[in-house]
Amino acid sequence: MSDTAILADDLRKTFKDVVAVDHISLAVPRGSVLGLLGVNGAGKTTMVRMLTTVLKPTSGKGLVNGFDIMHQQQAVRRSIGLAGQYAAVDENLTGRENLVLVGRLNHQAKAVARTRAAELLDQFRLTDAADRPVRTYSGGMRRRLDLGAALVTHPPILFLDEPTTGLDPSSRLDLWGVIEGLVSDGTTVLLTTQYLEEADRLADNIVVIDGGLVVAEGTAKQLKSRLGDTVIEFEFHSPADAAHAAEVLGSVTSAGTIVRVVMSEGPETLRQALDRLAAAALVPGHVALREPTLDDVFLTLTGSNSGDPS
Amino acid sequence: MSSTAPTFPAISTKPGVGLVWALRDTQAMMWRNLTMLRRVPQLLVFAIVQPLIFVFMFRYVFGGAINSVPGVPYVDYLMPGIFVQTVTFGAINTAVGLAEDKNKGLLERLKSLPMSRSAVLGGRVLADTARDIVIVVLMLTIGFLVGFHTHTSVLKVTGGVALMVLFGFAICWIFAVIGLSVSNGEAAQAAAFPLLAPLTFASNAFVPTKSMPHWLAYWADRQPLSITVRGVRALMLGTEPTSYVWGSIIWSLAITAVLAPIAVRRFRNS
Repeated sequence: MSDTAILADDLRKTFKDVVAVDHISLAVPRGSVLGLLGVNGAGKTTMVRMLTTVLKPTSGKGLVNGFDIMHQQQAVRRSIGLAGQYAAVDENLTGRENLVLVGRLNHQAKAVARTRAAELLDQFRLTDAADRPVRTYSGGMRRRLDLGAALVTHPPILFLDEPTTGLDPSSRLDLWGVIEGLVSDGTTVLLTTQYLEEADRLADNIVVIDGGLVVAEGTAKQLKSRLGDTVIEFEFHSPADAAHAAEVLGSVTSAGTIVRVVMSEGPETLRQALDRLAAAALVPGHVALREPTLDDVFLTLTGSNSGDPS
Repeated sequence: MSSTAPTFPAISTKPGVGLVWALRDTQAMMWRNLTMLRRVPQLLVFAIVQPLIFVFMFRYVFGGAINSVPGVPYVDYLMPGIFVQTVTFGAINTAVGLAEDKNKGLLERLKSLPMSRSAVLGGRVLADTARDIVIVVLMLTIGFLVGFHTHTSVLKVTGGVALMVLFGFAICWIFAVIGLSVSNGEAAQAAAFPLLAPLTFASNAFVPTKSMPHWLAYWADRQPLSITVRGVRALMLGTEPTSYVWGSIIWSLAITAVLAPIAVRRFRNS
């Protein structure tokens, strides 16, 4: 067995005139977690759909568990689990029935499918709700069931497409714990997210994509260190002031009234920034110096906000 | 690295494909699609509300004024039309079901499984055909209650049921294509009606075509639903030549032969 679980070599997907994925290559070592980070429309979901054989690439090559995503699709499908952003479970079936159905469609014997369903329901704390229609489940319960459905066959490779989008904070923490548990058991995970915090916590390596291209990759630490040691954060009283300040400082605004500047020249950066603001008669309401976050990386790389609500 | 994996390892060809697995997958999907009906049988009642209204309207409201039906009482003429209309409208279920599965991301999950590709659509269409059979039997019972009489043998009447169910099956494939082409159930419903209206109303299902203007009668005499209704009348009443039975079978097979591959291709590429 190779030690690369997922390999994308120059994958490209176009829909008519729209380029969804424009030449993306990546490699995920066995047993590691790759965070694929990008805003909506960056091409994350299209990448997952190609690597899970749901969608045919326009060009390029992909290997999952050593199998070709174009020519060995059934073998790829037998190696993976996919949990999407929609919690793709049947609302009219019970939780148990959903898991048994997925087991049956994976060609498990009935008894095996039933036993596995019971195990997963137990593992995801859904045993009490197991025989209720999924319609009655909360959002967090649906996501747990969806993740359970992806794990029916104990797949060595797991694709999680925005697994926590739309979840409340406690359900999100809960799901993170579950994913960490799987990783510690040796599962390889490709995770897409627009939450930097999520990538920071779960991913060994991060690939940032924007407009269908890779704009940066590395560990969270490496990506942050690109920005130097410190970020200066100016907070203004109005979005208009912030926008003006961003222009003066050659930066972009974030969360409406915040302008960030990377301290690339040490304290000199701060002095210059204050001088420029003073010259433009702008007075920040609050100034903070802090460690760079992935959010700063993202902002710098893509020039847009990540959509992270934090 | 992966160059060590053979190009076509046994695992990729052995368990996942083959007719037996395709049938088992289809059965699993059919079971899933019928769960709703098993769990909420009241849905069947809703499914026959519309045909009941038509029975009421044509049997009791317009029926007295319609006196140009040759050979048989109007209720006997009407009911085969109602039956065929019912299975035709029932096919909307296929479009709505598939569109909703697509909308909820379920089709994507199914596509990532090592299951038979044709089982997703096959399971849907067969489930809707099974539902059609139940509904036709219900409607037949209602027909007898409002004075419908068959004029042939039990065998031929059963053949009439089979003929309309086959037609319903064929129409389901048209609606499978529609369901896969729209984004959600409501859109599927909206897209269905413009197709159903010319089929069911511009037909001989309720009244003979000879009172229609020429251009309309031209269509109404030749379109597949009319031919199927005549085929069912041939089998249940004996008032039409049996050539319409064959005509209907050919139409149903032709529609399926053309539309099913289109639906499967659309499913693979969606």
